[in-house]
Amino acid sequence: MGELIAFVVLGAIAVAAGIAVVVVRNPVHSALFLVVNFFCLAVLFLVLSAEFVAALQVLVYAGAIMVLFLFVIMLLNVAGVFESQRDPLRSQRGLAVCLGLGLLAEVLAIAVSGAARLPSGGGTLPQDFGSPTLVGLLLYSQYVFPFEAVSVLLLIAMVGVVVLTKRSV
Amino acid sequence: MLSAYFPILVLIVLATGFALGALTLSHVLGPKRPNPAKSEPYECGMRPIGSARQRIPVRFYLIAMLFILFDIEIVFLYPWAIVFDHLGLFGLVEMIVFIAILVVGYVYVWRKGALEWE
Amino acid sequence: MPFDVTELVIAIVKALVVFVALLSIVPVLIWMERKVIADIQIRIGPNRAGPFGLLQPLADAIKLIFKENIITQGADKVVYFFAPAVSMVPAIITFAVVPFGDTAHILGRKVLLQVADVNIGILYILALSSLGVYGIVLAGWSSNNKYSLLGGVRSSAQMISYELPLGLALVGPVLLSGSLSLREMINAQGRAGVWFIVPQFLAFAVYLISGFAETNRAPFDLPEAEQELTAGYHTEYSSFRFALFYMAEYVNMVTVGAVATTIFLGGWRGPFGNIVILQPVWFLVKLFAILYFFIWVRGTLPRLRYDKLMKLGWKVLLPLALLNLMVTATVKALAPQSAIPIMSVLSLVLVAIGVIALTIISARSTRTPASGLREPSAEGAFYTWES
Repeated sequence: MGELIAFVVLGAIAVAAGIAVVVVRNPVHSALFLVVNFFCLAVLFLVLSAEFVAALQVLVYAGAIMVLFLFVIMLLNVAGVFESQRDPLRSQRGLAVCLGLGLLAEVLAIAVSGAARLPSGGGTLPQDFGSPTLVGLLLYSQYVFPFEAVSVLLLIAMVGVVVLTKRSV
Repeated sequence: MLSAYFPILVLIVLATGFALGALTLSHVLGPKRPNPAKSEPYECGMRPIGSARQRIPVRFYLIAMLFILFDIEIVFLYPWAIVFDHLGLFGLVEMIVFIAILVVGYVYVWRKGALEWE
Repeated sequence: MPFDVTELVIAIVKALVVFVALLSIVPVLIWMERKVIADIQIRIGPNRAGPFGLLQPLADAIKLIFKENIITQGADKVVYFFAPAVSMVPAIITFAVVPFGDTAHILGRKVLLQVADVNIGILYILALSSLGVYGIVLAGWSSNNKYSLLGGVRSSAQMISYELPLGLALVGPVLLSGSLSLREMINAQGRAGVWFIVPQFLAFAVYLISGFAETNRAPFDLPEAEQELTAGYHTEYSSFRFALFYMAEYVNMVTVGAVATTIFLGGWRGPFGNIVILQPVWFLVKLFAILYFFIWVRGTLPRLRYDKLMKLGWKVLLPLALLNLMVTATVKALAPQSAIPIMSVLSLVLVAIGVIALTIISARSTRTPASGLREPSAEGAFYTWES
């Protein structure tokens, strides 16, 4: 019961913040609403007993990536540029509304027919589900190869970012 | 397990309430006598030259990106540190490989001068 | 979810106690800072407001509430209003996972002297210190003042740069204790019989230096000092908003000190370990020792120039923290039972390496040209300030 309330409240805030990200004119405000969205997601992860992922969501996503977004927005000084421009995609509004209604109809159809219903009465979770211990045991024994691949990915990102911001004399 | 987080919620409510309450209180209690000289942005006594929304240098983007990459590395280190006893030598070796690859990246970034002039 | 009213009340009471205690430590800390710095500078410090100037912080706070809230014209009003709160709230809620005592038996129930004992304690603290950056960068940006913007962005770049050594330094103690929960960390120090500062001295040094930089304290307070950049991100803040930033800085200091006490100095453990009443007292004693050290450093060391500051964070502290954790991991893998005694000896070696590294880097940096010039052999230049 408490979980349902938490889900409804957080889901509503997350959806509202998500809509605000796209609708608000000032890019810095958009970025801030996105942070609110990530926060709601982190608390939803907590409700689902995935506390390690919740901490990561705040630490990496809301704490590092959004700071990067803010820096980039300030770097490009976008706030002054876009506030007075008219919507460049105005002609596509009709198509967007049609597709959106189609998607909504599809979701309602699936929800009503129960095709995507999960089996009710799922088992109880183990005591330390979602804790760093369990994640660590799994990650470093079974998923070693993706883990090492991540380090190569990070290396590529480092090289890429240096190359992008460098200007040859 | 979720109930262990409830006191944090209480503390969040208390902290936010205090901060917003104090801000509103000062808004209410302070005198309001705006005049043009007071509300100009402060530039050591002169009129501000140029817009305030300047572009910031690109090296801040570089720092933020590098921070994300090393932050992800740190995030991988924590669960490893916890289950270290269970993993034995294999765990040590796999993490050494991980960190070695990232150290290669770090040395590259250092040698290219991305950590300079800031 | 079973709903236990007594648990609820206990949780609320604990949160309230911690909140009030925190907000009471801050004025004491402010007074202590002013008196200690005055002592270092051979003067008296505040002595008018109340006996020994003890009411000075209160007088300052009351004065600030009644001052006028000046908002720069063209400032983004909403973000400008919320930035001090965004700075203050993460600083306070970090305290939820700091244990200030063992289990107390109150009215027949076992009560943990900690607001929330979550098993991701250290990640929680790191996550909230990442969020602390927002208050500063938003305050700088929303003030419509180019010095505030520059100061805010520089300050936040400094904070994120030093979060890396901070996070890496804490992996060492986690390796030795095997858990992220702060309560477990203290129990591990009890089992080992020694505070973790002994086998992890380099980690403690790196953590403390990074803590100085995270909280924008001297000698790393260039982006916010009054003589530089016209006070940086809080230039345009007056009255109680400025007080909130000021308080947030002190609460951050207390948090860094509390985490260092818990992880490296054994937290609430003291000689009379079983008397529960004395445990918070020991915690406070150790906490104030570290805070005194913070203030002492502020009064003694000159401010670091910004490029030297960033160089220290990225080129010295980050490799040292990595070295510390690699050595700890190797020792623990090869000799799991006697890891702590071996590390205690090795940590002195590591600190010596750290001091040598620091000397080398600082000696090299006094030979490089000033930041405006470019070495002709450098492989290409980065975009300059103006582009």
